[in-house]
Amino acid sequence: MSSRLLLLIGLVLGGVLSFVFTGHPEASWTVAQIDDYFLNVLILVGINVILAVSLNMVNGYTGQFSLGHAGFMAVGAYASSALSIWVKGSSIEWLHVAQTSGPVSFLGTLLFGGVLAGVAGILVGTPSLRLKGDYLAIVTLGFGEIIRVVIQNAEFLGGARGLTGIPTHTTLGWTIGFSLVSIYVVRSLVKSNYGLGFMAVRDDEIAAEAMGVNATRYKVTAFVLGAFFAGIAGGLYAHFIGYISPEGFNFLKSVDVVVMVILGGMGSTFGVTFSAVLLTVLNEVLRETEQFRMIVFSLMLIVLMIWRPQGLIGGAFRRFSGGKRTL
Amino acid sequence: MGELIQQLVNGLSLGAVYALIALGYTMVYGVLRFINFAHGDVFMFGAFMGVCLYQWLKPIFPEQCGFLLGIVVLLGAMVLAALLGILLERLAYKPLRARPRITVLITAIGVSLFLEYSCQLIFGAAPKGFPSLIESRSGAFWGVRVSNIQLMVVVVTACLLLALRGVVLRTRMGLAMRAVSLNPTAATLMGVNLDRVISFTFGLGSALAAAGGIFYASLYQAIDPFMGVLPGMKAFVAAVLGGIGVLPGAALGGILLGLIETLVVGYSKNLGISPSYRDAVAFVILILILLFKPTGLLGKSQKEKV
Repeated sequence: MSSRLLLLIGLVLGGVLSFVFTGHPEASWTVAQIDDYFLNVLILVGINVILAVSLNMVNGYTGQFSLGHAGFMAVGAYASSALSIWVKGSSIEWLHVAQTSGPVSFLGTLLFGGVLAGVAGILVGTPSLRLKGDYLAIVTLGFGEIIRVVIQNAEFLGGARGLTGIPTHTTLGWTIGFSLVSIYVVRSLVKSNYGLGFMAVRDDEIAAEAMGVNATRYKVTAFVLGAFFAGIAGGLYAHFIGYISPEGFNFLKSVDVVVMVILGGMGSTFGVTFSAVLLTVLNEVLRETEQFRMIVFSLMLIVLMIWRPQGLIGGAFRRFSGGKRTL
Repeated sequence: MGELIQQLVNGLSLGAVYALIALGYTMVYGVLRFINFAHGDVFMFGAFMGVCLYQWLKPIFPEQCGFLLGIVVLLGAMVLAALLGILLERLAYKPLRARPRITVLITAIGVSLFLEYSCQLIFGAAPKGFPSLIESRSGAFWGVRVSNIQLMVVVVTACLLLALRGVVLRTRMGLAMRAVSLNPTAATLMGVNLDRVISFTFGLGSALAAAGGIFYASLYQAIDPFMGVLPGMKAFVAAVLGGIGVLPGAALGGILLGLIETLVVGYSKNLGISPSYRDAVAFVILILILLFKPTGLLGKSQKEKV
């Protein structure tokens, strides 16, 4: 079965699920009833899958190590929340509430957040992607921190206290839908002829340039795509929790996503999806032993880099794909 | 005018701390060509060891020798941090020497998180007070307040920098370090023991970071497991500002960064920005320097060969 067919089935399944779970859990026309806690964990899984898959586009396929993903997530979260709150208090509030137009306007809100995050991606990426390796990592980290400090000082966004009163529109259907879309977009992009350029830039930038690949353009494209989906994930997260604060999007949030990407295997969409699911669930299971969690994760990173730098899944998946195209 | 000099004095003592940390980044970069992300946490480790040593030695030390106690605590923390640095290099970085730099970078992030969270597990997450190693006094000279701690920080840093200069320029190990930094393969062929030079470099850098940690904690009188994250990154910026791999550059960059940061905060009202932008200053400098003069102030440019 081709991966494209698999994805199609996934998308249809996601569509059905979205239909089943759309609306608030208490809405009378919700068909399935599942445990609230379980539902919340599943929503977080979906959000983390979007984050990991989109960061993998930058760090994995294009080989540009970014440490500022939380910054773009923050842009998307704040942009879409601000729009939602503005709509809530304005004369077009009915757009948001009505059953028919509600999902459409929520989709618009999320896309608004994603597009703004993408614009931030262009602004950050264009100057910083001229740098390589460690420098790029530190500059993206710096930009992430600058975005956070700017939000902290923006009084109309709630400043350091955070933004409250965000309508909670996010449901399981939305997160599953968007995680499938992000997987689909990233996979079809890197499997396309155009997408070979990303991996060419990763494997040897100078050689790629010599073959006529516009490395800068590929890097910025990957960066903007990653930022866009990070913004969507931020919007989903904000409309799920109903409250966001600048502290929630600090350096450690970026590291969380980076760990997912590395553990799954940089440059393997299947791998990072798997590890995003695994780590989110582990986070919940290990909640009682919170103080050991990060120690275990950090040791895992060190050990993994020595014995299995391709990640847990990375190499394995390549073998299963029959060696047709070893990407 | 008085206020400006006051800001410069405050900036100088902060810049001295940045300079001490930046030297570690630059030395490790010089011999291994990679950025030790965990360096900021060695700085934190130094401060914590300072507290432990102080509490352990305080009862056995005679009352009158307070000054001596301070020196013993400083040197002890430096030695312990040097051991930690050598250990980290042996366990985490040495197996990766021939690997791509991104692998080493990820390991360094792992090491950094490991040190932070183990420290949090052992000492707790809440900030702890840092004992005053010397009794705090401050005097005013022409309207400029200078505390004896600030004075101590600047003077001891100057001594450490001179000592480092002596080590690098006058000893055989320093010669070996310079040789490795110039060309590791040729240095090995000339009989330089690469492993020993790298261990020594890590130890030296970590010791300086620990001194920085104790000074930083003395200036702000509080420590916590995450205190090394921001100063670590700022010191990295300082190293890049001065030209990474160049020792005088790191010292210059550190002091410049300390001055700029203090001035921006001190004159934030006049500039029309909030003082909480202080942490963004360093990153803005980093971005500007990488865009306009990537080799740094004192660095030499290197052509990339295919």
